[in-house]
Amino acid sequence: MSADLTELYQQVILDHNRRPRNRGRLPTANRVAHGDNPSCGDQCDVFLRLDGDRIAEISFDGSGCAISQASASLMTTQLKGKTAAEAETLYQEFHDIVTTGKEPAEISDVAAFAGVHAFPARIKCATLGWHAALNALKADATTATTESHTD
Amino acid sequence: MPSWKDVRADFPILHQQVNGRPLVYLDNGATTQKPRAVIDALVRYYERDNSNVHRGLHTLSMRATDAYEGARARVAKFVNAADPAEIIFTRGTTESINLVARSYGGKLGRGDVILCTEMEHHSNLVPWQQAAKASGATLKFVPFIGANAEGGLDLEALDRLLTPQVKVFAFTHISNTLGTINPVAELCRRARAVGAVTVIDAAQSAGHAPLDVRLLGCDFLAFSGHKMCGPTGIGVLYGRFALLDQLSPDETGGGMVVSVDFEGAKWKPAPERFEAGTPNVAGAIGLGAACDYLDSLDRVAIRQHDDELARVAYEKLATLPGIRLIGPTGERGGLVSFAFEGVHAHDVVTFADEDGVALRGGHHCNQPLMRKLGLTSTTRASFYLYNTAEEIDLLVASLRRTLKFFIG
Repeated sequence: MSADLTELYQQVILDHNRRPRNRGRLPTANRVAHGDNPSCGDQCDVFLRLDGDRIAEISFDGSGCAISQASASLMTTQLKGKTAAEAETLYQEFHDIVTTGKEPAEISDVAAFAGVHAFPARIKCATLGWHAALNALKADATTATTESHTD
Repeated sequence: MPSWKDVRADFPILHQQVNGRPLVYLDNGATTQKPRAVIDALVRYYERDNSNVHRGLHTLSMRATDAYEGARARVAKFVNAADPAEIIFTRGTTESINLVARSYGGKLGRGDVILCTEMEHHSNLVPWQQAAKASGATLKFVPFIGANAEGGLDLEALDRLLTPQVKVFAFTHISNTLGTINPVAELCRRARAVGAVTVIDAAQSAGHAPLDVRLLGCDFLAFSGHKMCGPTGIGVLYGRFALLDQLSPDETGGGMVVSVDFEGAKWKPAPERFEAGTPNVAGAIGLGAACDYLDSLDRVAIRQHDDELARVAYEKLATLPGIRLIGPTGERGGLVSFAFEGVHAHDVVTFADEDGVALRGGHHCNQPLMRKLGLTSTTRASFYLYNTAEEIDLLVASLRRTLKFFIG
């Protein structure tokens, strides 16, 4: 297997894909948003229970490739307990990692996604769950999409 | 019978390494590669004859016009149209179907029915949704049979659905996702019996099998150049002349008018009526060259070659653990679509690419069909005249490696 592919399918990603964390509908959710990747059909629903400005509980449900499912799973572990502003900052850091391949200063599981940058077509897979989560935080009823156009 | 090894030599792009492995191109349902003869025709046109058509009185313009109209006559012969005027050049299948849906759709009204099938590509579905919305007509669908759509179209349901209210029946010849070969001549015959106009999406069949619009008895037929060895950006709408002649243009502008004053314009007859603006001259010439190339190999032989590869692939893929094969179990067009329990199509495609194997993974512009099958995506291997049985073995080996990685 090439170094690029080993980087893409890191152990952390495979683990989250096989045993996703916080997967399934959240019965207590007061926010929900749906994400679509129209180019490949990947889907992700994100459920939040917001307590004030803070994410008290979070879950996701959906279907897609290992990258998209692992990313959504890891995201839920990152965002639990965070405020909307903190979530936005974490997304920016994650976005930098997947687009530049630069690993974060602190040791973190999200570093596993640095390998995505070598596969530009997969960046959308990695960010799908995050887009849905940010939309849920904004109480944006529109579907999050990885493509800029909407019908 | 052509020598398939020599055929491979005709395609310069195939002789390269991808990720350190020989390219195995199995994404022909998306687009096919181009033989040297087509590439040369494009270069020759741009190096020698490039000019605008139907307008200039100079030598180059006359040469370009002759070559462009020659390509139209060549395509007419390719599908056995009665008259070259029945061939309209478009950007591709999508534009061809949109043209019919808008132009013919303008004749529809409330109470009319547009009939499609459940296995249509978005390009033969969304334009009809739009036509139904614009006209107030109702859109209905012929269902397919079986949990994996292995039973093809439900022809008994078709008989119930084909009422005199059906004004248009639009269906695919070969499904791009399932590989199903629809009995198009029979579908046309039944549609004709209730007076419905037929529209065939021939995108997956035009370059793979003999195509005779008069034998099929269709009213309209659409296909793309790039899926049959031709250039991108050129496609065809065949329309029976008596029908074309009644249709209003979809786009208007230069080249499609007889006379214009400040108040209005008079249209030229078909095909010019439907070709406003400077056409894709080089594309049409390239498509003509692709027709020559395919006929030089014999399309019956091409169909046998592609279908045989699909049959072998289907049998070998069926031995993989956890695979779900979609579409017919018997006769099929030159593609196989499948899904694995626990491994997503995108991961499969990424791993195959690592082995130099080009596949397609996703919903194949077929979202309602996928939903009905309970899938969000499949992986598709689609074959063409330059593919070999050895390449199927490479595909299967690559898939085994992927399964081992993800499932163990």
